[in-house]
Amino acid sequence: MAATIAEKIFSMKCGSTVRAGDVVMAPVDAAMIHDITGPLAVRVFGEMGGEHVFDPERIIMLFDHQVPADSIPAAENHVFMRQFAEEQEIHNYDLLEGVCHQVVMEKGRAAPGEIIVGTDSHTCTYGAAGAFATGIGSTDMGFVLKFGALYFRVPESILIEVNGTFGRRVGPKDLILSLAGDIGADGATYMALEFAGRTMEKMNMAGRMTCANMVIEMGAKAGIVRPDAATWDYVAARRAIEPFDLAGDPDAAYRDRRHYDVTDLAPQVAVPHNVDNVVDVTKVAGTKVDQVFIGSCTNGRYEDLFEAAEVMGSADRFASGVRVIVIPASRTEYLKALRAGLIERFVEAGALVEAPCCGPCMGGAFGLLAPGEVSLSTSNRNFRGRQGSTQARVYLASPATAAASALYGEITDPREV
Amino acid sequence: MRVWKFGDDIDTDAIIPGRFLTIYDPAELAKHAFEGTRDEFAKGAWEGDVVVGGTNFGCGSSREHAPLALLGAGVRVVVAKSFARIFYRNAVNTGLLPLVCPEADAIKDGETVRVDLAGGYIEADGRRLPVEPVPGFMKEIVDSGGLVAYAKNLDEVKTCSTE
Repeated sequence: MAATIAEKIFSMKCGSTVRAGDVVMAPVDAAMIHDITGPLAVRVFGEMGGEHVFDPERIIMLFDHQVPADSIPAAENHVFMRQFAEEQEIHNYDLLEGVCHQVVMEKGRAAPGEIIVGTDSHTCTYGAAGAFATGIGSTDMGFVLKFGALYFRVPESILIEVNGTFGRRVGPKDLILSLAGDIGADGATYMALEFAGRTMEKMNMAGRMTCANMVIEMGAKAGIVRPDAATWDYVAARRAIEPFDLAGDPDAAYRDRRHYDVTDLAPQVAVPHNVDNVVDVTKVAGTKVDQVFIGSCTNGRYEDLFEAAEVMGSADRFASGVRVIVIPASRTEYLKALRAGLIERFVEAGALVEAPCCGPCMGGAFGLLAPGEVSLSTSNRNFRGRQGSTQARVYLASPATAAASALYGEITDPREV
Repeated sequence: MRVWKFGDDIDTDAIIPGRFLTIYDPAELAKHAFEGTRDEFAKGAWEGDVVVGGTNFGCGSSREHAPLALLGAGVRVVVAKSFARIFYRNAVNTGLLPLVCPEADAIKDGETVRVDLAGGYIEADGRRLPVEPVPGFMKEIVDSGGLVAYAKNLDEVKTCSTE
């Protein structure tokens, strides 16, 4: 019987055929908790009478939202979580490794066919590894910590078939922003997006992560990129695993099939204050910016930093009056960028390079905006108040557009640099 | 029940900004609910008020601080034309009742409404606006008094797994 990838994953886990709309209590392969939503999950676990977590080896703990601790309550949260990790014998990456979603991927904690939950809405990132991964709240996580399972409604899927070759300085972030604009902020609510097509096959894992990361901005529960050789190579380099076929069937009951061609796609920008408020960069070029943020779970990988540096070319300074904040998504990505000389270039050009963490995207730790200020950010949300004052304006774009804008102090088409 | 009316795409950053996420106490969170978005809410909301939104209410972050902030303000029911998935589940789990009301646009800010769950409607200005029933498995959790109460009575769960 034909099935989507989401249906196949739940059927494999359940040992029986399940289809979209079915509600199942499914076992989870991994559960991720961090410093902001983790403490509440741990408290709920206790309130539920939890004594021992279902399996310490399947729990991923780390701190990334407020690191190093930016306040005494943040430091207390870290202590609380460390104590829990020690009591329960959970491996805690603590604040050493970077942003949760990057760390889960690069440590090989996500693989095709797995069900993974995390107390963070961008947990859907692991769909880049072919996993069914979704963000949950702390109370659901308390339940998962105790039982290792959770209720899921098997989602309907939208097939996203992407073909064509990206133009110069156009890439995965522009694709996913254009999808958000097309599908809308709630156009995929409760659904899974299944990515396929030649453009996805040619896309590297960093780009696939950028795409899967932002499906939540369309309301989706998961975004799964069809696993292929690139997926299996990535995962197999990190843990022992045997590849198997996992693709949606051509005659599966997709809710919708959407076809996109990226050949003529222009760099995209999400303008304040919604992620689906997306325009070609040319429509907003010339908008003055006070801050440029290059980083986050969406675009803080080596490939993103390389893309930014490539746009900088031989330029030796960012525009005066612009604060440029660069935050690699993990220690590993930081080292790659450092060894390639990218960090030195950013610092010389006037950027503040921070240690791996969520940074301004968290809207509480640092890099906040004053009323009236404008930020161009490679992160995933431009909600009013997301990066500080509700009177500030946040634009979202690719690392290439961010670098071009940092050079000129205004939103700039990277193809023109 | 007095109505606090909001528009479409009310995100969790609007409900409770990121800088307050080290707070977990609902009453303390409530002091910052809708801060910068609608400042009079935290000062003026009281027990039994109802928040009404448009489409995609609660989009964005998985932060459970959002339903907790509303609960702390005394809100027990949120009505919207549609909800974002994670918020909907978090609301049910924490005991905040999310009601999908396709005609929520007809409800006005500041008016008094009456929710009749058994009858499946909200009465606003003499009109009965139908609300969709809470889905089966979520109803079980609501009826138990939230997921914590539901889970307390369970020693183990039966998964569909063959493992």
